[in-house]
Amino acid sequence: MSDLLDLDIAGASEALDARRVSSVELTAAYLDAMEAAAGLNCFVTPTPERALEMAEASDRRRARGESGALEGIPVGIKDLFCTCSIPTSAASRILAGFVPTYESTVTANLWRNGAVLLGKLNMDEFAMGSANVNSCHGPVENPWHRTGDGAGDRLVPGGSSGGSAAAVAARIALGATGTDTGGSIRQPGSFCGIVGMKPSYGRCSRWGIIAFASSLDQAGPLTRTVRDSAMMLGAMAGHDPGDSTSADIPVPDFEAALTGDVRGLRIGVPREYRVDGMPDEIEELWTRGRDLLAQAGAELVEISLPHTRYALPAYYIIAPAEASSNLARYDGVRYGLRAGGDEPDDMYENTRGQGFGEEVVRRVLIGTYVLSQGYYDAYYLKAQRVRALIRNDFDEAFGGVDAILTPTAPSDAFAIGEHEDDPIRMYLNDVFTVPSSLAGLPAISVPAGLSVRGLPLGLQLIGRMFDEETVFRVAGVLEQAAGFAHRPSGGA
Amino acid sequence: MSTLVSGSTGDWEVVVGLEVHAQVRSESKLFSGASTRFGAEPNSQVSLVDAGMPGMLPVINRECVRQAVRTGLGLGAKINRVSVFDRKNYFYPDLPQGYQISQYTRPIVGEGSLRITMPDGERVVGIERIHLEQDAGKSMHDQDPSRSLIDLNRSGVALMEIVSRPDLRSGAEAAACLRTLRTLLRFLGTCDGNMQEGSLRCDANVSVRRPGGELGTRCEIKNLNSIRFLQQAIEYEAIRQVEVLEDGGKIIQETRLFDADRGETRSMRSKEDAHDYRYFPDPDLLPLELSEDFIAGIAASLPELPETRRNRFVSQYGIGEAEADFLVTEPEIADFFEALADGRDPKLAANWLTTELFGALNRAGLPLSKSPVDAGTLGGLIDLVADGTISGRSAKDVFSEMFETGQAAETIVDARGLRQLSDGAAIAALVDAVLAEHGDKVAEYRSGKVKLLGFFVGQVMKQTRGTANPQLVNEILRERLAG
Repeated sequence: MSDLLDLDIAGASEALDARRVSSVELTAAYLDAMEAAAGLNCFVTPTPERALEMAEASDRRRARGESGALEGIPVGIKDLFCTCSIPTSAASRILAGFVPTYESTVTANLWRNGAVLLGKLNMDEFAMGSANVNSCHGPVENPWHRTGDGAGDRLVPGGSSGGSAAAVAARIALGATGTDTGGSIRQPGSFCGIVGMKPSYGRCSRWGIIAFASSLDQAGPLTRTVRDSAMMLGAMAGHDPGDSTSADIPVPDFEAALTGDVRGLRIGVPREYRVDGMPDEIEELWTRGRDLLAQAGAELVEISLPHTRYALPAYYIIAPAEASSNLARYDGVRYGLRAGGDEPDDMYENTRGQGFGEEVVRRVLIGTYVLSQGYYDAYYLKAQRVRALIRNDFDEAFGGVDAILTPTAPSDAFAIGEHEDDPIRMYLNDVFTVPSSLAGLPAISVPAGLSVRGLPLGLQLIGRMFDEETVFRVAGVLEQAAGFAHRPSGGA
Repeated sequence: MSTLVSGSTGDWEVVVGLEVHAQVRSESKLFSGASTRFGAEPNSQVSLVDAGMPGMLPVINRECVRQAVRTGLGLGAKINRVSVFDRKNYFYPDLPQGYQISQYTRPIVGEGSLRITMPDGERVVGIERIHLEQDAGKSMHDQDPSRSLIDLNRSGVALMEIVSRPDLRSGAEAAACLRTLRTLLRFLGTCDGNMQEGSLRCDANVSVRRPGGELGTRCEIKNLNSIRFLQQAIEYEAIRQVEVLEDGGKIIQETRLFDADRGETRSMRSKEDAHDYRYFPDPDLLPLELSEDFIAGIAASLPELPETRRNRFVSQYGIGEAEADFLVTEPEIADFFEALADGRDPKLAANWLTTELFGALNRAGLPLSKSPVDAGTLGGLIDLVADGTISGRSAKDVFSEMFETGQAAETIVDARGLRQLSDGAAIAALVDAVLAEHGDKVAEYRSGKVKLLGFFVGQVMKQTRGTANPQLVNEILRERLAG
């Protein structure tokens, strides 16, 4: 069976098309693998019965000659996407017992394209975190382990889409959805040695995705290859009149963008991304990425994104501000946890006090503070101005380059429990991913090498607004040139 | 006419500004497709968005935008091509999202004005702005002994908040302002103006000052659910403030509640307890951008406004100003009048409508929309009088029966045999018979006792059970008696 699990989405689609395997066989193999790797704590709600039903239905469709873009492909869904009649928790106690009566647009698109649901995936509570340790379902374990010292340590998969990244890396899902607000797809992609794509803001509908920071949240795929990423994004994306911020533009054929040719493309290398204290191995990986793209015929250009250093502080004002308001609806009145009280205020305090984890409380408090009278101008408004400047930096840079190459994260995966008492250190994980999030730009993390400790490291490519095609095109070439063929020691 | 309040230390001027919450007339809510119908079963008109379910997103209802623009144009106000929706954050059990989507710094409608008529002349009241916002649900504390229940039917319904300048100088002016505004909204069709159902609500900001002096500290009075209460509350509040100041006290900026039973205002919360609403632009919604064409299209379809229509009634139909004022208090009345006046004597039409029909409606406690007699039916009655089919006297009886049964005038006239006898020959024959029967009285008449004419008329009318055309009877009698 293990050779079945080695197939990526493209390979599995081919095997399904050629009737070498059925979706039921493929799905059953994944369900077995999920069970075997349950210790990673990736799936919070496995849906084996639903998976087999969907796989059977897919096989019937295929027999009738009907075949969607992801026909018969078993995938996992981050537990931030509302799924009809399947519990959806956002990894928070406050949503205990909540079962949506509706299906998010992105998952509905996936099912319409033939995908099969394996189950709901663990994550950081309300997508707040970079290590997937902030979950009411417990931490997710990265299937990768260090070589040499600390080989026995359990490592974090990154976050917040940690369950998604770990599941795909551990081969217990062929692909998975994630959401990315400041790096929550790309950083776990880097930590787990897989491809994580955050499309342009507005490319995927946010309807039915539990909100963290509305102006930043964006759904995207986590997959083993760039081609899989292109296939899966195509099946997720599209305009949705139910989301006023979703873009009313056609979805291009992303897979067709994978020409394997970057000759003549100009790739920017921003000098401001050389941050203090960045490990040498990250610097070296970045240099290697530049060399590989240059060898493939791209022109590497040094560029400046002068306001980069203000991105992280601006992000940690804007995202909590929006979150503090988005999370106000969890009040114990209509659904989820209710911890009673004599007066409404007592009920709110009890419910929210018991329902929210520490990191969520921290961000709600920060957000409430920065929006308060007398502080709004100094924090929120200033952060919005910084955001405009950052957007402007990218606009200017993209006048001269077609894509931008940076590291994805400033380190490899760390151990569960490490940095736990140091939120600022944790926030620094997002230093390279946050600027493109603030600008709404598409960005992808591609595994490009191993750290000295034998852990995967990713490189990030950032593209122009709605130009995922160039991002995929360059990512495909980088992937091939880097030839990352390492496998985690854990998982299936 | 002086609007000053005289205190023991001299005169005080009352300064009032209004904040009117007008529920937008629309099929569905501001950001969801749920119905806005009033009086439905609790929680039967609630979409996933209105209930604040996880992952749900608002989508602006274009019809509500159109209505706000229409209202702005009706007030001659500036329509802002770009406006922004903000979140007003606060916790309340009937506020499912934990915030109200409103417009804070950039409303959809800017400066405008409203002309009001007072007994001593006109005033122009400045309108500062109109913004669109969501209504909250309703908490019900009297349905269950131990719990409060929530009805979300109203949650998400569109409101226009119409804010006036502090240009009003008395409770009476404030009442006139709200009345005029309500009429305007009804003519525009943007709000039904029903204060009892809560589709029109009003808060008043009241302060007092020495005439022409610096503005005083204001208090905001809430819970004014009728025009009468608005006036009462302002009058009470002005005197209260004057008394506080004259006793050497200070007015504290606060929110006060009007207690209609006691006719007084009470402190509800002071400025210090005021919420910090943490307004910020709603990231789920893009700025609302309106094209010139969109605005021009609405302007072109604007109905005739009450003031214009009133003036036209006076000039076109030659009716009195007071009557015209009444006819334009509601668009339905104005429409009824014009339908009734079409092809008929307008003064007669106005008189029938204002005196007879409204008299009957008021006695029955019915609004015009529930009138058993419509313009066509009432017109039928007027026509029967005009062409002499029935007498003016029996017309009132016929009307009473029409109002009760809803039947057409003709049907009633025929059933009751009220058709006026206007056949000269037939009347002459009757006259002759009466005169033959009362030869003695004829002789008396001819000898000068002309008062007896009434007796002969009465006899003829009796014979015809009142249906004989009195004019004809009189004419023929005189002719025969003279002969």
